[in-house]
Amino acid sequence: MNGFLTLRAGAYSVRAARRTLAVSLALLLAALGLAVLGLCVGGSWTPPQEVLAALAGHGDEVVAVREWRLPRVAAALVFGTALGLAGAVFQNLTRNALGSPDIVGLDAGSYTGALFAITVLGGTSAQLAASSVAGGLVAAGAVYVLSLRSGLSGLRLVVIGIAVNAMLTALNSWIVLRAELEVGMAATGWSAGSLNGVDWGELVLPFAVIAALAVALAVLAPGMHQAALGDELAVASGVRLNRLRLLLVLAGVGCTATVTAVAGPIVFIALAAPQIGRLLTGAAGLALAPAALSGAVLLLAADLVAQLLLAPVALPVGVVTTVIGGCYLIGLLVRRTRRNA
Amino acid sequence: MKTDRSGARTYRPVLLAASVVLLLAVAGASVCVGAQALPPAEVWRALAGSASGDEYLIVREVRVPRTILGVCVGAALGVAGTLVQTLTRNPLAEPGILGVTAGAGFAINVGGVLGLAGGQVAQLALASLGAALAAVLVYALGSASPLRLVLTGVAFSAVLSGISLGLRLMLPDVFDRFRFWSVGSLAGHEQAPLALPAGTIAVALLCAALVTRPLNALMLGDEVAQALGGHVLRTRVSVLVLVTLLAGAATAAAGPIAFLGLMVPHLARRVAGGSIPWLMAYTMVLGPVLLVASDIAARVLLPTGEVPVAVVTAFLGAPVLIWAVRRRGAVPA
Repeated sequence: MNGFLTLRAGAYSVRAARRTLAVSLALLLAALGLAVLGLCVGGSWTPPQEVLAALAGHGDEVVAVREWRLPRVAAALVFGTALGLAGAVFQNLTRNALGSPDIVGLDAGSYTGALFAITVLGGTSAQLAASSVAGGLVAAGAVYVLSLRSGLSGLRLVVIGIAVNAMLTALNSWIVLRAELEVGMAATGWSAGSLNGVDWGELVLPFAVIAALAVALAVLAPGMHQAALGDELAVASGVRLNRLRLLLVLAGVGCTATVTAVAGPIVFIALAAPQIGRLLTGAAGLALAPAALSGAVLLLAADLVAQLLLAPVALPVGVVTTVIGGCYLIGLLVRRTRRNA
Repeated sequence: MKTDRSGARTYRPVLLAASVVLLLAVAGASVCVGAQALPPAEVWRALAGSASGDEYLIVREVRVPRTILGVCVGAALGVAGTLVQTLTRNPLAEPGILGVTAGAGFAINVGGVLGLAGGQVAQLALASLGAALAAVLVYALGSASPLRLVLTGVAFSAVLSGISLGLRLMLPDVFDRFRFWSVGSLAGHEQAPLALPAGTIAVALLCAALVTRPLNALMLGDEVAQALGGHVLRTRVSVLVLVTLLAGAATAAAGPIAFLGLMVPHLARRVAGGSIPWLMAYTMVLGPVLLVASDIAARVLLPTGEVPVAVVTAFLGAPVLIWAVRRRGAVPA
């Protein structure tokens, strides 16, 4: 009993800390519990037995549960996972708990791309996906180039990211105001980050993309953790650092952009999920699996709050995450200040 | 070096006069440009009172009040920015970024829910109270370093704007009249009486002019200021009160407008050098120039309708933040 568990299958083996496994399992159970709760909540309360029956295809609530509520719950789970992964990737790359895609303007950049696709190109889902990824990459590139001289870690990068974020947000509101009225109306609800009214049709492609990116990240993860030890150590132990970083940025931006293209910029999940995962597992680095699961639980919980808080008015989930995220950020800063004092 | 300085000194009044001329030109353009373009001759006739009909209404009832409001708010935000930057010795400080305007806006929103934000006086009082609370809170949490102060302000603004948005969605009828105001815009205030906001801002600007000399001494360090006979604490407190009043009045009149207070002092410092009185004079002229010019841009950027002026100032001001952060050695991490 050394606190680790090793699983072997032929030539491949995976070694995991027991506590990480236990925490991941607990998070998974929490996510499932919240998912059932999410299926029960809607225009009216449906008891859990009926929900389970409806999932199996019996009862009066089949349409409400399977066509209206299930897509929303699934979207919250998968998008939360994607945002948690993206946050873990960027916080690992910048070695900074504040260097997450929502703070440094990648969400806003993806959103600019998505708005461009809708207002100028016509907005098929392929165009939407491609241009939101392009927007996120351009924003990431801009922040990277602007903060090259002062180093990638530290608060300077974060403040440069905040400025880029402010510019892009201004640009976004200009595009929304410029657009035709109907497009503008749709984009306004979306610009706060919302899961209201998602349906299966628009979720298939994003789910597939996120699954592919999650697999890619799982492959890249060992290298990422080695790189977190420091550039010299990572290179000495055989990591091709530049290629790894490029792939990680691509995958992280892909996750953020895919979520943004469907649900708009949902902030805070990418900021908090990796840190919560780390606190729960007590691990030294930012592991991907706990971050992803924490992200799923957080987004689903936030979406439930958004639905219930002011019922029957459904808040955009982004409003809830903004408020919680701001408080979390302030708490983080207070703790850092205390530690320094 | 010495000749450079004396050269700069002789140029200062000339450049200030040029800035005033620029302000007059921009204000004139602001009266001429809009949804209906009016030739200057007709504008002049409307101002002189000899024109009648639509032109007269547009010029006298809409564009002139809007331009005056722009001049007042621009001066208030610019001077507030200069005061905060000087007091905290932080080149990144600004009432918008630090969450002071967000605090003022939030106080007005809450007042709207409680039914208190009816009159102009009540709005001004609420905004000043909110601005003061926000300033104290953010400074208490983030004063450890300039960059941390920015982060705290941004986080604080995010929380407040999220709650405000929730309130607006919950009570749409209450907040219908705050719709333009909540994004930071000079439009839609033309009918509101200007006397109270303009008067408050004018008095506060006068006090700011009076406080420049003690502030100049304070820049040499607390000990030196004390040795020169300055009251360090009294200066600090009066500057803080002025910032609160200026940011509160500007926010009550035009909504939260960010980044203007960041841009103007950096611009003014280029011509004013290290002298606080000159810096203040330039800020008072250049702040209105920037805001009124941004407001003209806000009117012409869309073929139909208008962009809120806060969008224009954010787009122009954010690069200034990047530039200020990137300057080597200017900001300790």
